[in-house]
Amino acid sequence: MRISCPCCGPRDRREFTYYGAADYLNRPALDADASAWDDYLHLRDNPAGETRDLWYHDPCGTWVAVTRDTVTHAVIAAEAVA
Amino acid sequence: MMRYSGFRVFTQGLTGNTGWRAAWRKPAPKPEYDVVIIGGGGHGLATAWYLAKNHGITNVAVLEKGYLGSGNIGRNTTIVRANYFLPGNSEFYSHSLKLWEGLERDLNYNVMHSQRGLINLFHSDGQRDAFVRRGNAMLAQGDDAVLLDREGVRRMLPYLDFGQARFPIYGGLYHPRGGTARHDAVAWGYARAADQRGVDLIENCEVTGIDVENGRVTGVQTTRGMIRAKKVAMVTAGRSGQVAALAGMRLPIESHVLQAFVTEGLKPVIDHVISFGMGHFYISQSDKGGLVFGGDLDFYASYAARGNLPMVEHVMEAGMTLMPMIGRAKVLRSWGGIMDMSPDGSPIIDSTGIEGLYLNCGWNYGGFKAVPASGWALAHLIATGQPHETAARFRLDRFATGHLLDEEGTGSQHNLH
Amino acid sequence: MTHRIPGKGLIDRTRPLRFSFDGREFEGFQGDTLASALLANGVQLVGRSFKYHRPRGVLTAGSEEPNALVEVIEGKQKTPNVRATVQELYGGLTVQSQNRWPSLRFDVMAVNDRFAPFLSAGFYYKTFMWPRAFWEKVYEPAIRRAAGLGALSGLHDEGRYEKAFAFCDVLVIGAGPTGLMAALVAGRAGADVILADEDARMGGRLLSDQPEVAGQSGPDWAADMLAELAAMPNVRLMTRTTVTGVYDGGTFGALQRVGLHLADPGDLPRECFWRIVAKRAVLATGALERPIAHPDNDRPGVMLASAVQSYVARYGVNPGRVVVFGNNDSALQAARDLTAQGVQVAGYVDPRADVSVLEEFPVYPGGQVVGTRGRLGLREVAVRHGGGVSMLTAETLALSGGWNPSLHLTCHLGGRPDWDERLAAFVPRAGMVAGMSVAGAARGRFSTAACLADGAALAAEVLADMGIAGHDMPLPAAEDRSYAIAPFWAVDAGGRAWLDFANDVTTKDVQQAAQEGFSSVEHMKRYTTQGMAPDQGKSSNVAALAVLADATGQGISATGTTTFRPPYTPVSIAAMGAGGRGMGFAPERLLTSDSQTRAMGAPMIEAGLWYRPSYFPRAGEATWREACDREVSMVRTAVGVCDVSTLGKIDVQGPDADRFLDLIYTNMMSSIKPGRTRYGLMLREDGHVMDDGTCARLGEAHFLITTTTAAAGPVMRHMDFVHQAFCGDWAVRFTSVTEQWAQFALAGPKARELVNKLLETPVDAENFPFMACGPARILGVEGRLFRISFSGEMGYEIAVPARFGAAVFERLVAEAEAMGGGAYGMEALNVLRIEKGFITHAEIHGRVTAFDIGMQGMVSAKKDCIGKSASQRPGLMGPEREQLVGLVPVDPQAELSAGAHLYNENDPATRVNNQGYVTSAGYSPTLQSWLALGFLRDGRARHGQIIRLDDGLRGRKVACKVVHPVFHDPEGGKLRG
Repeated sequence: MRISCPCCGPRDRREFTYYGAADYLNRPALDADASAWDDYLHLRDNPAGETRDLWYHDPCGTWVAVTRDTVTHAVIAAEAVA
Repeated sequence: MMRYSGFRVFTQGLTGNTGWRAAWRKPAPKPEYDVVIIGGGGHGLATAWYLAKNHGITNVAVLEKGYLGSGNIGRNTTIVRANYFLPGNSEFYSHSLKLWEGLERDLNYNVMHSQRGLINLFHSDGQRDAFVRRGNAMLAQGDDAVLLDREGVRRMLPYLDFGQARFPIYGGLYHPRGGTARHDAVAWGYARAADQRGVDLIENCEVTGIDVENGRVTGVQTTRGMIRAKKVAMVTAGRSGQVAALAGMRLPIESHVLQAFVTEGLKPVIDHVISFGMGHFYISQSDKGGLVFGGDLDFYASYAARGNLPMVEHVMEAGMTLMPMIGRAKVLRSWGGIMDMSPDGSPIIDSTGIEGLYLNCGWNYGGFKAVPASGWALAHLIATGQPHETAARFRLDRFATGHLLDEEGTGSQHNLH
Repeated sequence: MTHRIPGKGLIDRTRPLRFSFDGREFEGFQGDTLASALLANGVQLVGRSFKYHRPRGVLTAGSEEPNALVEVIEGKQKTPNVRATVQELYGGLTVQSQNRWPSLRFDVMAVNDRFAPFLSAGFYYKTFMWPRAFWEKVYEPAIRRAAGLGALSGLHDEGRYEKAFAFCDVLVIGAGPTGLMAALVAGRAGADVILADEDARMGGRLLSDQPEVAGQSGPDWAADMLAELAAMPNVRLMTRTTVTGVYDGGTFGALQRVGLHLADPGDLPRECFWRIVAKRAVLATGALERPIAHPDNDRPGVMLASAVQSYVARYGVNPGRVVVFGNNDSALQAARDLTAQGVQVAGYVDPRADVSVLEEFPVYPGGQVVGTRGRLGLREVAVRHGGGVSMLTAETLALSGGWNPSLHLTCHLGGRPDWDERLAAFVPRAGMVAGMSVAGAARGRFSTAACLADGAALAAEVLADMGIAGHDMPLPAAEDRSYAIAPFWAVDAGGRAWLDFANDVTTKDVQQAAQEGFSSVEHMKRYTTQGMAPDQGKSSNVAALAVLADATGQGISATGTTTFRPPYTPVSIAAMGAGGRGMGFAPERLLTSDSQTRAMGAPMIEAGLWYRPSYFPRAGEATWREACDREVSMVRTAVGVCDVSTLGKIDVQGPDADRFLDLIYTNMMSSIKPGRTRYGLMLREDGHVMDDGTCARLGEAHFLITTTTAAAGPVMRHMDFVHQAFCGDWAVRFTSVTEQWAQFALAGPKARELVNKLLETPVDAENFPFMACGPARILGVEGRLFRISFSGEMGYEIAVPARFGAAVFERLVAEAEAMGGGAYGMEALNVLRIEKGFITHAEIHGRVTAFDIGMQGMVSAKKDCIGKSASQRPGLMGPEREQLVGLVPVDPQAELSAGAHLYNENDPATRVNNQGYVTSAGYSPTLQSWLALGFLRDGRARHGQIIRLDDGLRGRKVACKVVHPVFHDPEGGKLRG
């Protein structure tokens, strides 16, 4: 699998560390209720198909949001989260 | 009903093996059942068997999208062990191992459960201390554990690299009752036994909808028509999210691919199950002679049931640093299973917010050894409405409440368990 | 070489080579495979089958070989399961047969064949269940000994292996007529091309069938084209290279056999595993012939027709009298070609009634082979035709049940092929692998002309797709015969007819599986083991499917296929794991003080990827404990020096640095004054402790934080995430400086005296108090000084640029020794921190919260921080939680051990009675007692109680008093002094 780092270009999967679904970008407020935090930390759509998830390009330190297909492993888009 | 035995094999052999009957029927679905189990894998089939055997509930259908045992029951590294250390897991896997030990007679099917002994290696004082804690938990649970020092490991596994490995072997935790079983046979054994008690096993029947009325489950829609049911259990690890979504549920599960490997057949060379945690590598040798081994997840969400080279290479490198004698064994086949990864690495066996709808999922990569106890506990829950004592902590709401069962200590990130 | 045809073949008859098989010496030629050399010497029996131990010979001439698997011997080392059909001959090659005892000709286990009726498909699931204990003790050991094929030596594999990466525009897989044309078209257009072929010599079937191409012989034309390709700088030719797997994003795995064919490989690796990244791929892997299942079709001397052609034309082997049994035009052509080569064809047998009889050899239209004779090699073939059975004398039976396109690689990403009724074979479906085009016989175009044209056409398509201008290339003329086949899979004549030679699966096994309900193709495969042997059913799967389809009454198309998975041919663990052997498995990180530390005799231990000293032995010390006790006392009474450079160091700068640190730490960092340091706790977002460390404010907008050794990488990644995901607009930047600075801890009552020996400007308790930090000139070098301690004694840490680390360490140790102190290692460090109740990852093991370790007060109420919300879940607080405590044995000399569990005094050691566990333990020379840290249910409320430490694994039970976790100097006077 190869992912295009927005800084460095196409790189082998072995240069990246995976985190999880892009849900992690939507951090609830400190005083949000418990179910919002449960949603954020645990519950996932977990689609069989197109998904958006978070990968860290270790050599350059860029967090990348990758749109890809969990069934075919096709990488559709990749953009820096910041 | 045809009982299997050595005598039967002999008499059939004399008569050209023409008298063998189908291991299970291939019935058409009835319009209604007391219990419908979605998923004809190990856990679903075991649930059906224990519903029939322990609770006398036989008006049961198991609905399988493909062929029986087409999921992870047939794509794992076949390890059976009871070496957990957190209360909640300990008693469950201990119960499972006891069921394994009687499974052949229970099912009248040789699943080749082989208690060849499992050795978990450790490579630092810190790892040793963690394994000592684990071993003491195993003893406290009534299971077996032996602490081996470096020489003890060398006596049992002289072929490991004790000379120049990157992470020297300090010792190991030996679990004599750990071992392996023939994975497909487990599915077939449960299927045949459940069928003989009257359970309908319906293959090529995909569930496309779960019918709920007034907060109560009433049946399922399938590719072979509507089936009414008083109770429905979702037992589809690997596809849990998709099935639960049919009932409007969102689960604490992320699906990941775990690869495994088998070599060409070799004369016996590895007698035990060996786990090299430092390198995320575990290995045993099958009765056919293939070295069966695996490593860690590929680490990205996937339903592809196949993996990529970085983890393949890592697993092979781990094998080479630990036991370079396997270098000339050739990998024959690799495959991937889809793992239900939960936020604490432990499973879920629970009721849901919908009356009559039950959930069994989140087996991470430990589902194979759990099959007997999982079926037992889910059958108990379906039949009595109460969680079984060995599975009482496998609650769906434990992530929200913080009553976690995190053996790895890696936290809520799904892929780290 | 009794069976060699004079003058024939592509072997080099000027270079004879000696080799041995099962102790017998033979001669072959350069260019032979082991199989061709054995056949040329009249050796037909080369192996025994897996289950029934039946005598077996060479079936194929390629890597798909199911029978001819042997062990290659190299001194005490050996390589099992080597295909004789792939292993090239070299002088001194030493080979032995496998899976037989005591000898290949007389194998005791062949008795299994007599018991075959009782060993039918899946018999083992139905028996061996009684008595229970006999499975592990009797049945299973017997089964394991009988099973398996070759044997590993049990010795470490000391061979050389390599891995490599390659990149190209177009990867052409297979160098037969199709692949050669594709590579030529792409190469001439200037594309970067890799042409990979698993054979030692490129050309594919051009070398075996030897059709005329452009007026030349096949081998000559191939040689000319290869010469042109070899001269192109943009083309890389990789022979002996099998593309074994297709992975995502145009990545391919490939195994190159580099040194396996050489008598003296010198420095060459045995194999190299390639990761090839290609923008496009052309799959030109050709097709594999399949046998026909008929009674006793597994006898040595039974071969694929294409293999017989190869052995005759390419290797000059004389097959003796040949009967050809086929159901398709290629089989008939094989009989004609063999005749033209001078081979005596004793008969052509074809179940098709309308097959041509006007041939130079006897033809049996509507005929079937119903049996064979010959104990260890074929002597006679029984042919049923016209209502009777004729016995034909023959040494070779050539089978052709048709051709299967080699589409395996197209299925590696999950694609399924289509069934083609006309070819009676599976063919690839378009788009099964993105970026891969399938050409030639691999997609069912079987004539030489069609292959040449298809290779050229698809290469042109690929170039156009990539925007590379191609040149028109005239197609060379070649044969363009049509191919017709009448599907015919198995002869129904009683007896056993083999499908899977390698796993001993017969048509009866497949029929029995269907009868028992194992009628889905995956069930049949798993129940009978069809296709699961080393050849992965390359020559047998399709026929097995057909037999299954017949038994169930479904068509082949509806029956479907099993899945092809990588690798295409088996790959050694050593090749894919190249570099992992020994120390290569993980990088080694060394302290700047490493060489001096080792010179001082310190045993080194692994700490993550780092090596750190365990202790520094001195003369007269017999055990590590003596050294450790001395080092602890040294720190408590004088001064000790420890290299702490492994701690992660992250430099954080910017106007928003302070509020960023407030977000990632539980406690307030924005209120630290410049020149001061604060201890900090970091949580994971799920509320558990992630790490701890110090945060030094070097300037208004400049911080330096430390992490534990193990967490350095994860913390950096975490900080990058928090910054980029939640506050990317904040003006803060950070970078890891772990390797830029060497850092040393100086601890003990004489620490100030020692540090002042190195500082240009001495410090005192007032101008550089506890928790101070700042720049300092150390031995003339710009460095940093911190007044922090992990030992409970007065402590300084000095940091210098890494290049000065070794010199500073040497000076520090010398000065400390002169003051009655010296260097201390990890053992002493651990005892010192236990005495002081300081935690490490033994305590913060991922399941503990700030509440559990008594640091809930460090979670600031005034601000948000990562993990704060989730840490307040009800299950993570309260008396049910296990909390950090200290443990002191009632008998101070009673040894304590980490990993032990805690129980109330008289409770049995069972799970339900468990009260907690011990995380760290050590002997304190300071307090003259064993000490331990652990977690105890509601522990903070239980100080003063007696609890039993129970280490059942070691048979240890010790009564302990529960105390506060800080054993030494709880007031902290020594620390601050």
